[in-house]
Amino acid sequence: MSKPSAPFGGFTTTTELPPDERDAGSTLRRLRSIFSSQSAALFLVLVALAVFFSVLRPDAFPRVANVMNMATNASILLVLAVGSTFVILTGGIDLSINGVLVFSGVIAAMAMVAVGGDNPGVLLVGLVCGIAAGTAWGLMNGFLVAKARIPALIVTLGTMGMSLGLALLLTGGVDISDVPESLVLTVGSGRVAGVPILVIITAVVFVVGALVLTFTRFGRYTYAVGSSPEACRRASIDVTAHLIKVYMLAGMLSGLAGYLSLARFATTTLSGHLTDNLQVIAGVVIGGTSLFGGSGGMMGTLIGIIIPVMLLDGFVVLGLPPFWQQVAVGAVLIGAVYFDQLRRELRNR
Amino acid sequence: MSDVPLIDARGIVRHFGHVQALQGADFSVGRGEIVGLIGDNGAGKSTLIRILSGTDRPDDGKIRVNGELVHFNGPQDARAVGIETVYQDLALAPDLDAAANVFLGRELVIPGLLGRLGVLDKSRMIRQTGEAMGRLGVTIRPSAEVFTLSGGQRQSAAVARAAMWATSAIFMDEPTANLGVIQTKGVLELIRRVRDAGKAVVIISHNLPQILEITDRIVILRLGRTVGQVAASAASVDDLIRAMMSGVLRSQAA
Repeated sequence: MSKPSAPFGGFTTTTELPPDERDAGSTLRRLRSIFSSQSAALFLVLVALAVFFSVLRPDAFPRVANVMNMATNASILLVLAVGSTFVILTGGIDLSINGVLVFSGVIAAMAMVAVGGDNPGVLLVGLVCGIAAGTAWGLMNGFLVAKARIPALIVTLGTMGMSLGLALLLTGGVDISDVPESLVLTVGSGRVAGVPILVIITAVVFVVGALVLTFTRFGRYTYAVGSSPEACRRASIDVTAHLIKVYMLAGMLSGLAGYLSLARFATTTLSGHLTDNLQVIAGVVIGGTSLFGGSGGMMGTLIGIIIPVMLLDGFVVLGLPPFWQQVAVGAVLIGAVYFDQLRRELRNR
Repeated sequence: MSDVPLIDARGIVRHFGHVQALQGADFSVGRGEIVGLIGDNGAGKSTLIRILSGTDRPDDGKIRVNGELVHFNGPQDARAVGIETVYQDLALAPDLDAAANVFLGRELVIPGLLGRLGVLDKSRMIRQTGEAMGRLGVTIRPSAEVFTLSGGQRQSAAVARAAMWATSAIFMDEPTANLGVIQTKGVLELIRRVRDAGKAVVIISHNLPQILEITDRIVILRLGRTVGQVAASAASVDDLIRAMMSGVLRSQAA
């Protein structure tokens, strides 16, 4: 029956629940609203950082050029993070995104070299091949996690090594720098109204990802599967199929990120993305998405990706050793996970 | 027509390897009736409920719904004839709100192209959940996340969800386990309302006084067989225990 039945007519009385029953959740709810406004608090941290750096270096930090620079630095990570937000919301993890990024970049570059020339058609071939390669890795991840029931940590650690290794095998360990110039000049470094095309593409990916997560059935199943796979199975939701789709989405976005990296750096950067996966996961988790799945969201991810980028930029602008950024991000990451655990303990008490 | 039971299961057999979980159990329930299903551990209660709710398949036996023979290949088939089940673990997603849980797997989408792309009609789901809960006298905000609810409220949400979708029958496994006295009272009241709305309710419970209090009729299983049934008004806890242990029901002999 697809429609709710409505033969409840005749019930006019309402059983008043005793007061303690009604209020049982309210304290929890209040505590939770404080913690769940984690992304609001994070936004304040972001603003505070921006003000801090701007006050110390008004001549360098709050400049359009510097802001665009930060946005460009954040863009490829954010594309990856959109996919990882979905994966982590299901209670999974994807360590393979940086390997898949490099592999997809290599496939895209080789495809464009094979076709030859420099025209929009060639660029499209590269894009399609890159995305297809990434999606294929995502399908493999999803199948192994959801169907073979191997822990996601192990599956994606394995495919990270496999994809990176295969990328090195395909190239003989030498970067392919024979990238169509028009790709580098448009997607890689082009601007529209002063805004880097790279940033515009990332913004589109982010907005679509946020809308899908918040407003569609796909997004709701992502939360539901992370919250209680058993409840989903009882509700006849195909948990396996949904997990495979989510890992495919992450793979697809890694493929796109590989293509964007190719455009930005005009080379395959075989060894240039070694810690992207960890940076992305750290950003998503700092943004308040729970590693246990079920809660979190895309706005948090945006801020969680931007804060480390801004810290790095700020330290450089201030002339501090940029290595401090790693120290700071590490501390923030641990703090974010600690808060998530506190929140879970409160609700499970 | 009216003497045809809503659900009528005859000679249900189910074995797992050498274990005979059910050896020809009979069970029936009619509209507007609360039936208790009792038996010692291993008597086959849960297996029978799983079979009647489509999550397990019998090796032999016939199930009729409204007099028509049915074969459930999965819970969706049982749902299609209006049978819903409230499991002991409730099967709620704690991070989702009550309305999202009520509509889990049956989400409403907005009309048009965006709806075909899967865009949810959240306000309609919240409204319909609120209406259904209001009719059942359940006071839960449809937009409250489940983990913010108390145990009794969660149980009520799970029962309300089943009541909203069930057009014929609801099975409940230990509906008041882990609940306090007042919460239990609320859930039992809710179960009566579901019955009064013309639905069949089947309750599994080890709480015999409660079974006697809430049900109209009690079916006793022992070692995979139905050993008897009795009107709740005509039985005592001792009668039920004796029937569960020995397979002999006093009021049957009378």
